[in-house]
Amino acid sequence: MSHRFSLARVRAVLIKEFIQVRRDRLTFAMMIGVPLLQLLLFGYAINSDPKQLPTAVVCADPGPFARSIVSALETSAYFAVTHKPASEAEGDQLLALGEVQFLVVIPAGFDRSLQRGERPNILVAADATDPSATGNALSVISTLGRQSINRELSGPLASLKTNEDPFEVRVQRRYNPEGLTSYNIVPGLMGVILTMTMIMMTALSVTREREKGTMENLLATPARPLEVMVGKIIPYVVIGYVQVGVILIAAKVLFEVPMLGSLALLAGAAGLFIVACLAVGFTFSTLAKSQLQAMQMTMFFFLPNILLSGFMFPFRGMPEWAQYVGSVFPLTHFLRIVRGILLKDNTMYEVLPHVWPILAFVLVVSGLALKRYKMTLD
Amino acid sequence: MSAVIDVRHLTKAFDGRKVVDDFSIRVEGGRIHGFLGPNGSGKTTTIRMLCGLLTPDAGEGTCLDFDIRTQTAEIKKHVGYMTQKFSLYEDLSISENLDFIARIYAVPRRKEVVAKTLERLGLATRSRQLAGSLSGGWKQRLALAACLLHEPKLLLLDEPTAGVDPKARRDFWENIHQLAAEGMTVLVSTHYMDEAEQCHELVYMAYGRKVVEGTAGEVVDRSGLDIWEVTGPDLPKLSRELRQLSEVEMVVPFGLTLHVSGRNHGALEKALAPFGQRSGLTVHRIKPGLEDVFISLMDKSVDNFG
Repeated sequence: MSHRFSLARVRAVLIKEFIQVRRDRLTFAMMIGVPLLQLLLFGYAINSDPKQLPTAVVCADPGPFARSIVSALETSAYFAVTHKPASEAEGDQLLALGEVQFLVVIPAGFDRSLQRGERPNILVAADATDPSATGNALSVISTLGRQSINRELSGPLASLKTNEDPFEVRVQRRYNPEGLTSYNIVPGLMGVILTMTMIMMTALSVTREREKGTMENLLATPARPLEVMVGKIIPYVVIGYVQVGVILIAAKVLFEVPMLGSLALLAGAAGLFIVACLAVGFTFSTLAKSQLQAMQMTMFFFLPNILLSGFMFPFRGMPEWAQYVGSVFPLTHFLRIVRGILLKDNTMYEVLPHVWPILAFVLVVSGLALKRYKMTLD
Repeated sequence: MSAVIDVRHLTKAFDGRKVVDDFSIRVEGGRIHGFLGPNGSGKTTTIRMLCGLLTPDAGEGTCLDFDIRTQTAEIKKHVGYMTQKFSLYEDLSISENLDFIARIYAVPRRKEVVAKTLERLGLATRSRQLAGSLSGGWKQRLALAACLLHEPKLLLLDEPTAGVDPKARRDFWENIHQLAAEGMTVLVSTHYMDEAEQCHELVYMAYGRKVVEGTAGEVVDRSGLDIWEVTGPDLPKLSRELRQLSEVEMVVPFGLTLHVSGRNHGALEKALAPFGQRSGLTVHRIKPGLEDVFISLMDKSVDNFG
């Protein structure tokens, strides 16, 4: 018999592979579904130059110059004036809560000192935790003001039209004055790494029992589903906390990420987030027939999480529908919590609005998991 | 005393296919009940219904006086179930596996019980070996040990000796007899006739239905088979020749002989007579064995899965 390369043997393997791929519906669906999902998300949802960013304006001067600056902001592509707080302190609070991306403060007596040629200040404070979300907007804001004012400077005031700006824009990059992307990415990675490992580990740990046949033995014992679920999940909660610790130490030592808020609060939020991930993993394990399928489900969940949560691309840059989808994921809320606590010194009060969505997610998903997990082999 | 297992009219279908169809069985305490039948005849499904792993579509009954529909949690506490495929953890050692099972069943004085079980089944010297590295016979011993930890009243063994060498099989059956003598009730499925002969009672299942039951002797007697043993050279050719005779119903090769059976005893004797005359051929009537009976039963039962 010849032992040279045989096309007939290649054909035999080829035909076998095709049959197997066709039989495994989920793998087949993933091979079509993943590129399609990527195409849709990158094509329609992702936008690295976000526009219409929510802005709070404190306008302490009723004069025409101040008004024209506000209206210039309102009509610009980058800003959407969503809040008009009464004081700067109130505006700071909105920034801390993450309700707005920018706070613009026009001081009292702005018009008068402008007319006197004193070059008054306008304060523009940006939430720079995600530098890529604010960069382009900040670069246009000074020209925006100048153009609007120059239109007003006519007649007797035309003398004020100089090459120099009639007023000064003071930009404050809050929470991340140097605009370092690592301040944004490193805390975010905590959520991403937890999502990936926690979901995959739990999904695999149950499907492995089914694949190896040990599930039948476990089901024949008096062990109840909740007992199995809790017993399986606790080791991964511990592993999750170890990961959180490692990432925090690396963030501090290697990247010098500031840690302003309470670490205890962060630990509490991380606990809730870990439970949310484990619940997803457990649900996948009740749906997947094999370890391979469990892996594929994890990837399919992971992909939109990374893209739509605000981890890689500014959340506010996405169209509304994508923001709604993104808001379902616990990662989206956990990222805001982590960045909020570490960079913005958020307290319980600012964190709480992001806790409820994760809690609701946990309840719905673990209810589903318990319903799907059967005590019998039916 | 009521029967340990008493179920009636059990039925279970998967995707519209009736795997178990109107099956009833009664097993008395302290008996070894053999469960026989071809592959896919519904033995495993029946055993799973008995221990609460599957819910029957129809039928009812009790296992250890607990309802098989509503009291599965109680049944699980008192039944030892040994799965067909090895289903303990390959990445745990023998004693770690046993510790785990003992903890799940909340066995009192766990360490003592595990040590005693290891000793009893001759596993003590290997207790630190990983289950995955054990050979078939040792895995089966470990699986039996795991079933016995919580001192069940009933053992359900699903083809426990498949793929196990003859010596290990013999040891295994010695254990089973010892347990039965101590009052344990055992329902064991098997494909081996020597094992079937060791059971106090047999149930034969085919295509989800019960075909015959009774002691080995009763099953053979009731079959009314007339078996002739034919030996000689070139058995395949001889087999083809015999099959062509209208008096012959079945020709089954048994090692270096052929077992020939027919419906009409007198006619078969006459038809085989010329073969006895040929040189090198011997033909004589023998007492039918269990295997003859089961092969003829398998041949006659209709495949309802088509």
